[in-house]
Amino acid sequence: MKRIIVCLKQAVDVSQLKVDPATRQLLVAGAPKKMSDFDKNALEEAIRIKEKFGGSVEIFTVTVTAEDVKAILREALAMGADKAYVVNDVSFKNIDTFGTAYVLAGAIKKIGGFDLILCGETSLDSFSGLVGARLAELLGLPQVGYVRKLSVEGEVVVAERMLENAVETVKVKLPAVVSVTREINQPRIPSLMMIMKASKKEIVSWVVADLGLQAEKFTAKIDVVEVLAPKTERKKIKITGESVQEIAEKLAKALIQEGIVGRR
Amino acid sequence: MSEFKGVWVFSEMQDLMLEMLRKAREIADKRQSEVAAVLVGFNVQGRADELIRHGADKVYLVDNQMLERFGLESYLSVLHNLVVSYKPEIVMVGSTRNGKALAARLATRLDVGVAPDCNGLNLDEQGRLIGERITYGGNAIARIAFKVKPCIVTVPSRVFEKPEPKERDGQLVRLDVKVEGSKVEVVDVKPLEMSSVRLEDADVIVSCGRGLEKKEDKVLLEELANVLGGVVGNTRPLAEDRKWFTEWVGLSGHKVKPKLYIACGISGVIQHVAGIRDAKVIVAVNKDENAPIFEVADYGVVGNLYEILPALKEALKKQLQ
Repeated sequence: MKRIIVCLKQAVDVSQLKVDPATRQLLVAGAPKKMSDFDKNALEEAIRIKEKFGGSVEIFTVTVTAEDVKAILREALAMGADKAYVVNDVSFKNIDTFGTAYVLAGAIKKIGGFDLILCGETSLDSFSGLVGARLAELLGLPQVGYVRKLSVEGEVVVAERMLENAVETVKVKLPAVVSVTREINQPRIPSLMMIMKASKKEIVSWVVADLGLQAEKFTAKIDVVEVLAPKTERKKIKITGESVQEIAEKLAKALIQEGIVGRR
Repeated sequence: MSEFKGVWVFSEMQDLMLEMLRKAREIADKRQSEVAAVLVGFNVQGRADELIRHGADKVYLVDNQMLERFGLESYLSVLHNLVVSYKPEIVMVGSTRNGKALAARLATRLDVGVAPDCNGLNLDEQGRLIGERITYGGNAIARIAFKVKPCIVTVPSRVFEKPEPKERDGQLVRLDVKVEGSKVEVVDVKPLEMSSVRLEDADVIVSCGRGLEKKEDKVLLEELANVLGGVVGNTRPLAEDRKWFTEWVGLSGHKVKPKLYIACGISGVIQHVAGIRDAKVIVAVNKDENAPIFEVADYGVVGNLYEILPALKEALKKQLQ
């Protein structure tokens, strides 16, 4: 194991998103951003593998973005990545999962020499969960998704993955793409020392031309017609009473009247 | 005229394939097009009739020992081969975890887009397929159209109800397709420890969040669930941080649509709420009157779940007699 590449995305912090109640539009422009949670788990896992191998492993991060992502790259370097690559181009603004994977693949090919590519199972904001598999397809590599436990044994990765009704243990030869779930680890918080050290680490910035990619490849294949907050049509009835018993009786009565209880 | 024609459904799970057939039939009828189900596996010919009865005009059967269990590369090679040969306009893939990876790789191989995890699929006024999916952590619904064909969508289970089966004519097309070997070797499969009823299938879910103080206290929820003929659910922190459960209800876990969802000691973060959006009635019990769960509940009780649940159980028992 020589080099691990971790794909990182800067995502909108969805817990802080606000909605314009009149138009149901999301106020995305002003929303704070952060490293996509699942990607942080992927990075943490890479660092743990490196620690196990006694530090001989390099960890590079790769980010495809249309905006400034320096803050999350510094954070990644402080956590323990050795070098961060960013492909930054305004034309990536409406990029879809195909384009993202295509540009990532171009950057990763250019970096080269990797054994393992780690991704988060999905991104915090768009939540598509497609990029890992798309990337694997473009690179002609096997991919293992939804991994909650991972070990590298020689040239082989052994992974425990969560499926709907089962837990599967699989083996795959490196190089491979592995997408991890949030259960896999608890990402570390970098110490002040690590943060200071990170300021000396390198961030490599590329533009599309550096990768020799075809623009038509990363134009979106889908068209997002609209993105609106869902209408919530809930009754929002507060049930109150003098005693717990009274409340419980009122609630029970309401549920029976709804016709959802007691009719089988 | 487009050279792409027909609506296809594929899933390695037969039930999910039947559910998708309802929507596929509806779209194909509007399009005056046909529905085909892709049946892949080993010794699976017996399932073809069921697919036809549920709405498929055609069943493309690829029966091969190498396809006995799901393997990404092997299933992908088959599906890709079929799509290239027959050019369907719409391909609906069951959004299981394996199915999603399959759809992603198929789309990449074909240079087309994917609308993942659609809980709505409709044709707009121009006749374009529009997939609806939850995005931004449950804060929004995105409506997605396609610029290139085939349109590939993935559909989670229980989004559509299985159609009523009826006797109808259909064609079984047996195909011999070259199957690629899988690069991922499965060395062990353990069934997940689960309650006897899948959360997706439950009519009533009594669910707990961080308000539950001890794992043992879930007996309170179980007792109420028993009276209601339901099951117990939970939130991601109880599974992930406290390890009391192996699964959870929410955007990243099980998306459920019970008739009744009782959220006990659940604050109501948007990711959880996104997973219960399709519940018919939501009841929230929470000590914190400002908990966001009350904003999305039909009935809200500000109170301690340790007092409310036993009282509700008794009240229901009494009133249901």
